[in-house]
Amino acid sequence: MSRRHQRILAYTIRHLYLYKRSLPRLMEILYWPVLDLLVWGFVTVYLSRQEGAVPGFVTFFIGALILWDLLFRSQQGISVSFLEDVWSRNLLNIFVSPLSATEYILSLLFLSTIKLVLTATVMVTLAWLLYAFNIFALGFTLVPLVLNLIVMGWAIGILTTSLILRFGQEAEVLAWGVALLFQPVSAVFYPVEVLPWFLRAIANYIPAAHVFEGMRFVLNTGQFPAREVAAAAALNIVYIALSVFFFYWNFKVVRRKGLLAKVGE
Amino acid sequence: MSAIVEVRGLTKVFNRQKKAVDGISFEMREGEILGLIGPNGAGKTTTLQMLLGLTTPTSGEIRVFGLDINIRREEILRQVNFSSSYISLPYSLTVEENLTVFSRLYGVSDRKERIRELLTVFEIIDIKDTPTRRLSSGQITRVCLCKALLNRPRVLFLDEPTASLDPDMADKTRSLLKKIKEEEGLSILYTSHNMKEMEEMCDRVIFMDKGRIIAAGDPGSILREFGGRTLEEVFIKIARPGK
Ligand SMILES: Nc1ncnc2c1ncn2[C@@H]1O[C@H](COP(=O)(O)OP(=O)(O)OP(=O)(O)O)[C@@H](O)[C@H]1O
Ligand SMILES: [Mg+2]
Repeated sequence: MSRRHQRILAYTIRHLYLYKRSLPRLMEILYWPVLDLLVWGFVTVYLSRQEGAVPGFVTFFIGALILWDLLFRSQQGISVSFLEDVWSRNLLNIFVSPLSATEYILSLLFLSTIKLVLTATVMVTLAWLLYAFNIFALGFTLVPLVLNLIVMGWAIGILTTSLILRFGQEAEVLAWGVALLFQPVSAVFYPVEVLPWFLRAIANYIPAAHVFEGMRFVLNTGQFPAREVAAAAALNIVYIALSVFFFYWNFKVVRRKGLLAKVGE
Repeated sequence: MSAIVEVRGLTKVFNRQKKAVDGISFEMREGEILGLIGPNGAGKTTTLQMLLGLTTPTSGEIRVFGLDINIRREEILRQVNFSSSYISLPYSLTVEENLTVFSRLYGVSDRKERIRELLTVFEIIDIKDTPTRRLSSGQITRVCLCKALLNRPRVLFLDEPTASLDPDMADKTRSLLKKIKEEEGLSILYTSHNMKEMEEMCDRVIFMDKGRIIAAGDPGSILREFGGRTLEEVFIKIARPGK
């Protein structure tokens, strides 16, 4: 293993150790997603039994629920891991070690992937057991849809991490709030067309909106939503590049302002 | 003895107005303990942070092992380390887990033995399986010192490392650092407000005030220059120039 790989692995292990003993942290991965699925899943089942319900309502809703959670967890996987080091006053130890900023980001992405696999496995299994919802009914389309959500989550995660690095503890709430800010325009539980025109205009630039449109398209028609997938991917490439650039730029500013040692104070 | 750290005209201006470090030059020789002393706000921590690449200098030059920290960051950081009483380690990890993570980060090959060795030397082997959150601040300080020695650094930067240690442990830590310095040729840049400690520890001290170096040399020559019996006397003389 090269030195670089070893460092990335080391920093990932630092976070995996957390889950060995900490029940609250394990719950962060499992508890909320499972609760979401239970409450909203049963609401959906109930609503679908009413007269005049949208056909396939349960499928749309539960599918959307799981997918949105993946985006949210993917973002959290990045920003909360960063906060762990802020909280435990460990950030300086990390930044005086030979781990580079790039290795740092790569290792956060790797970690977020591991957490996502866990969350996804639990949610998918539970949805299948409780609601006979089979996410794999989305077929191969699931792969590009999920990938796009994860990458959008990463972009938001890196963005919030940069802001916390720069503005300190006061910006911490962003770690929980920013992804939700995108939810209304992501058309998670309803089609984009129900949005007023100005939100629709914004939704055009939100990768998740294209993903969820794509999900409804494939569930309705059984065809691959090529246009939506392409639009989401193109936007994501731009956003992830911008967020990484923003992170590096911030890192530079923070070092110039001498704030690296002061994050969390 | 050759220079292992070289600093030329180092300046840091914060927010275009606050001159925290004002054109200082000094060098650190291989195998010496160099003390950085001075009143609060003199610029000691800022200097240390620039040497570690945590803060970018406004101007001036820093060379560690003859290399530029901005260009050869990884290579330099692999061979140095840092500790301070103001940092800590992940609370939920045990002492041993924390040290394992850092030995991996630094690519220490014999990590099990190295960790055991350091824990024994710092007399904390019995708490190796204790989560860091349950340690006293003095114990955390010692674990941080273990962390700082894991990679057998050539240069160690210590910012007030003994601030939270009891007199007995502070004394032991000083002896230990001196011993490691003798045995392994380690160079240490050290800040502390404990003047007795500085007299005892340092081969040379640099006296900083308002971002500038106002005196430098071995403790004896500084005492002679400023006409004091102890560094503490000299410190107070310099810090209260009116008297
Ligand atoms: N990030 C920063 N932004 C603005 N000013 C700063 C910053 N960091 C330090 N300063 C200022 O620079 C000066 C030097 O601070 P520094 O922390 O280097 O002092 P010090 O010698 O370590 O003091 P102490 O003995 O109290 O630890 C102080 O006036 C401080 O207020
Ligand atoms: Mg200081």
